[in-house]
Amino acid sequence: MEGFLQLLLNGAAQGSIYALIALGYTMVYGILRLINFAHGDIVMVGAYAGLFTALGLGAQEDPTLLNFILVLLAAMLVSAGLGFLIERLAYRPLRDVPRLNLLITAVGVSLLLENLGQVVFGATPRAFPEILPMKVLAQFGEVALNNQQVLVFTTSLALMLALEWIVLKTKLGRAMRAVSHSHETAALVGIPVDKIISFTFVVGSALAAAAGILSCVSYPKVDPLMGVLIGIKAFVAAVFGGIGSIRGAVVGGFTMGIAEAMVVGYGSSTYRDALAFALLILILLFKPAGLYGKYQPEKV
Amino acid sequence: MAQNLRTLLFLLAASLLAQGLAWVLPPYFSQVFMLACINAILAVSLNLVNGLSGQFSLGHAGFMAVGAYTAASVNVFLLSPLQTNPVGEQVALILSLLVAALASGFVGYLVGLPSLRLKGDYLAIVTLGFGEIIRVVILNIQSVGGARGFIGIPDTTSAFLVAFTLALCVVATHRLVKSSHGRALLAIREDEVAAEAMGVDTTKFKVGAFTAAAAVAGVAGGLFAHYLQYINPATFGFMKSVEIVIMVVLGGMGSVSGSILAAFLLTLLPEALRPLQEVTKLDLRMVIYSLLLVVVMLVRPQGMFGRKELWDLLAKKTKT
Repeated sequence: MEGFLQLLLNGAAQGSIYALIALGYTMVYGILRLINFAHGDIVMVGAYAGLFTALGLGAQEDPTLLNFILVLLAAMLVSAGLGFLIERLAYRPLRDVPRLNLLITAVGVSLLLENLGQVVFGATPRAFPEILPMKVLAQFGEVALNNQQVLVFTTSLALMLALEWIVLKTKLGRAMRAVSHSHETAALVGIPVDKIISFTFVVGSALAAAAGILSCVSYPKVDPLMGVLIGIKAFVAAVFGGIGSIRGAVVGGFTMGIAEAMVVGYGSSTYRDALAFALLILILLFKPAGLYGKYQPEKV
Repeated sequence: MAQNLRTLLFLLAASLLAQGLAWVLPPYFSQVFMLACINAILAVSLNLVNGLSGQFSLGHAGFMAVGAYTAASVNVFLLSPLQTNPVGEQVALILSLLVAALASGFVGYLVGLPSLRLKGDYLAIVTLGFGEIIRVVILNIQSVGGARGFIGIPDTTSAFLVAFTLALCVVATHRLVKSSHGRALLAIREDEVAAEAMGVDTTKFKVGAFTAAAAVAGVAGGLFAHYLQYINPATFGFMKSVEIVIMVVLGGMGSVSGSILAAFLLTLLPEALRPLQEVTKLDLRMVIYSLLLVVVMLVRPQGMFGRKELWDLLAKKTKT
């Protein structure tokens, strides 16, 4: 039972990271109906941005909360810029072509980032400086809660609440929701559609960078292909929750993280990466719209 | 009848030409040529799904893997008694390729039946998932080498056989497009709801196209296994699927000649870029490759030929 609780805790920590990435997928899908394959690679770029900031600040020798926040903000800023650029250069010119082309462009951008990453950063993994040395904060029997998990939970929770506030309470958020319903109608009532789409990419990419930094807190390693698998799993999480739904992304992320921890804990870790796909196929076959998604039959 | 004879002559001429080239050219070139042909077979088969029927499959490498492993296993484990003379070797190879086609076609049917209920992005993701699952399963089968790969496959392919298979695929696709089955697929691509309203059994045709494409990919995989004499699950990952999709898209979705041309271009490009690598000391090939994909999508979203064929374009030129 205590082993189960520990797995649950570990899985939830990983799940909150998946949830942050899944939010980016779901927001972009909601607004453009595009699966942004490059999203996982934005996580990677964010992690590298964090790595260089941390090295610049000397965070290894001076592990303070302030340094962590600086690293986080730098990574979010760089990734947000990258997300803006990608949307502007690669996706915006394709607004009126079939969505298949957009999807292939997204695959292309993803490959470009991965290969550029390998050329610029080198293909070998690099160690991420330990910003926050692990320390067990509380012990309930066999179940241990460490400070890294607390950091991951509080940061991701804060970001999710901030996102919720932006989407539900601000004028920008209202515009985002309007654009996701219909580009044409939103434009008719005076919403600058292109600007709102850019803003969505900026927010989603910043969240992805935060997820990259948080995953580096517990697994201190970065490499140019780190975004592939984490991106795919987060995508599955988004589909599981119902792509396009923000609540679904969060629920899906946690489910994914916990399910994975259970497979590793009780089953075999060779099949761990197949789990994501198996889960995906099951949900798509039985409930294609996901937990919170709305099924829209095609109208003639 | 006359047409069948002409087709047969075309097939033989094309493959004899290929074999002749392979004899004349240095071994390096004929190796690259065979690889290009195998890639072209994959591109032509995927074109059936992605181009003609307008579905989007991202897991083609999975079927190639099924074919490669089936052909290799059949040839090595079952048909080794035949490997005593050149004729026996060729018979064994062709038999194992046929079994590979059946096996991957069957897997394609199993995958296609549930997946093709989905559309667009979702279909892409599900096929990606199935492709990866196939790879993970093979990775865990120890009798075919698991992660170490399958070694000791006999080297019995020839430029003739590879080119013959490619020519056969081209002829088959060309005739399919002109048949009522092909028209049904095109109708599904244009508008699925309208096609269904006109009485086209969309599920049947979509699954049929998917199964055929998987079977052909299996043959290509079998040829690939006998060409390299060594296969490894990592070869058939997501990247390979993407590579095949890129060939189809670059050539123009639905254009058979475009797919072939793109497959040749993209196989030759990394080879042609080798000198650049020596100059820059960096492996920029994949960067150029992916950049090319994005640029083509931005500048020419319909690919090199769009939906037209090379011969259509030539015919138009001569008319005007």
